[in-house]
Amino acid sequence: MTATRTGRRAGGTLPGTRDRVWDAGPLTKAVLALAIVISAFPIYYMFVMATRTNEEAIDVPPPLLPGGHLGENVARLLATEDAYFLTGLVNSAVVAVTVTLSVILISTLAGFAFAKLRFRGGRVLLGLVLVTMMVPLQQMGVVPLYELMVALGWTGQLKAVILPFLVNGFGVFMMTQYTRQAVPDELVEAARVDGASTARVYASVVLPALRPGMAVLALLVFMQTWNEFMWPLIVLNPDNPVVQTSIAALNQAHGTDYVMLFTGTAASVLPLFVVFIVFGRQIVGGLMEGAVKA
Amino acid sequence: MTLHLETATPAGSGGSGPPAERTRRGGAWTARFDLLATPYLFVSPYFLLFAVFGVFPLGYTLWVSLHDWELAGDRTFVGVDNYLSLITDDAFWNAVVNTLGMFVMSTVPQLVLSLVLANALNKRIRGRLLLRMGVLLPLVTSVVAVAVVFTQLYGRDYGMVNWFLGLFGVDAINWQNEKWSSWIAISTMIDWRWTGYNAIILLAAMQTVPKDLYEAAAIDGASARRQFWRITIPLLRPTIVFTVFVSTIGGLTLFTEPVMFDGNPTMSGGATGQYQTVAMFVVKEAFRDFDLGYAAAAAWLLFALILLGTLVNHSLTRRIGGTE
Repeated sequence: MTATRTGRRAGGTLPGTRDRVWDAGPLTKAVLALAIVISAFPIYYMFVMATRTNEEAIDVPPPLLPGGHLGENVARLLATEDAYFLTGLVNSAVVAVTVTLSVILISTLAGFAFAKLRFRGGRVLLGLVLVTMMVPLQQMGVVPLYELMVALGWTGQLKAVILPFLVNGFGVFMMTQYTRQAVPDELVEAARVDGASTARVYASVVLPALRPGMAVLALLVFMQTWNEFMWPLIVLNPDNPVVQTSIAALNQAHGTDYVMLFTGTAASVLPLFVVFIVFGRQIVGGLMEGAVKA
Repeated sequence: MTLHLETATPAGSGGSGPPAERTRRGGAWTARFDLLATPYLFVSPYFLLFAVFGVFPLGYTLWVSLHDWELAGDRTFVGVDNYLSLITDDAFWNAVVNTLGMFVMSTVPQLVLSLVLANALNKRIRGRLLLRMGVLLPLVTSVVAVAVVFTQLYGRDYGMVNWFLGLFGVDAINWQNEKWSSWIAISTMIDWRWTGYNAIILLAAMQTVPKDLYEAAAIDGASARRQFWRITIPLLRPTIVFTVFVSTIGGLTLFTEPVMFDGNPTMSGGATGQYQTVAMFVVKEAFRDFDLGYAAAAAWLLFALILLGTLVNHSLTRRIGGTE
């Protein structure tokens, strides 16, 4: 306490101290520059390789500037029938979009109920959601999930990968937290006094207020779903893959065709990068806000 | 704020006339039902899905693990036999050691690096948003892509890592060949993808620390290093616990990186299982060897491992930055 007070007084008598201490020094700048180079290099290298030939790819030292062979690599990738790359790309888009929209709906509904509605057992149920976040379902439950899909006759179909991914405790938790701060109680009360039903309050009051939080959750869920590898590898067939398992197939059967493999991986991350660059500010902000609240 | 008010108005005015009327007269029951039941209705989609794709698989895994259970065929109740075989199965323990080894090898440097990076990002500098986006770029890259690129970088004959080490006279390393080298390669994949993300999370927590505290410490003659250890670290403890918690679950269920590092998704994790993880072991037993009961038992032991790991980490991180 005393320390704080002295600090404040001293800060007052010595204007500028505060400023200089927080300026980035040369060491900080070096650390940041190094971090950016390390973060960007493998991605840059991936795109460079996608524009080269296999002969160039194994040069010593390795090529560091883009070449002019992207077109032929893409053509070869699309002509490689046993990888079903285009099918994988479309399937991934279908799965990721469906899962994202559904998780948003499920999470905002539950989040609204947990944050703003009073009901018996609500706190216990919310606690249960937190516990479910700890359980790695896909790894723990592969055996019965697979048997379930066999029993339903869904193996090899996209719904077999979509449905298990709809269970997203993080989404419910995040939307509960977000609803608490983004939707004032008075707003809900006012709508109720006017005779709006709970469903009406959700649709007309809550959803509009949650838009920024929903956008961040959507991006996180989309990324996560786009990334899924283990479960699709198990439950889908090679001729109807998602993009990640399609790349694994490429890697297995055509692993020596480096540049084609890299063209595939580059294409698989491109949609994520586009989204990230367009919504970068919101994603960074959303992650940081979520971190402080969690 | 304005946004909220604007959007609220149509809802209010639209429902002010007739619905209020309805509530007062015959609709009283409907309104009461709405207040009582709708909350359950709203949380039910999550819990229904969780029951079908969460609780059922977990319970059923336990049931299957007590059987000699093949994909299509024999199902004999064997009690805890699968568990007994597992704890004397060298291949299983090899997978456990690999998983724990790579977990420690990746998590410890990652935590240190992300603290350093967060501290650097917390300074005043131009282009802050771009810097933050820059360190998050690896997170956006999908794991399979990361693994493909890094496996190439670690290639024995043409990989950039060996080329670089060769400049210092180091002989070409076959990174897949040995435990230590494959663990290093896989750990760097994990760290490359997650360090920036953890740094951003820690940065967010750092920014909630009042700057007055640092000023006061500076006046009292505390060096920057001392301030970092005595102020930043203790105040960041909850966030550090959170990041370690998240990496524990991710680390102990490690799957994609080692599978892709192998090239062939046989789940064996190298010729002698140098980098086979428990998750790979489960998938191998279930879907290559079709011994579902055994796989289910391994899955339950994996879960036990995660609980144990979480507890150990919790007690360890509680000590970090605690009063010495």
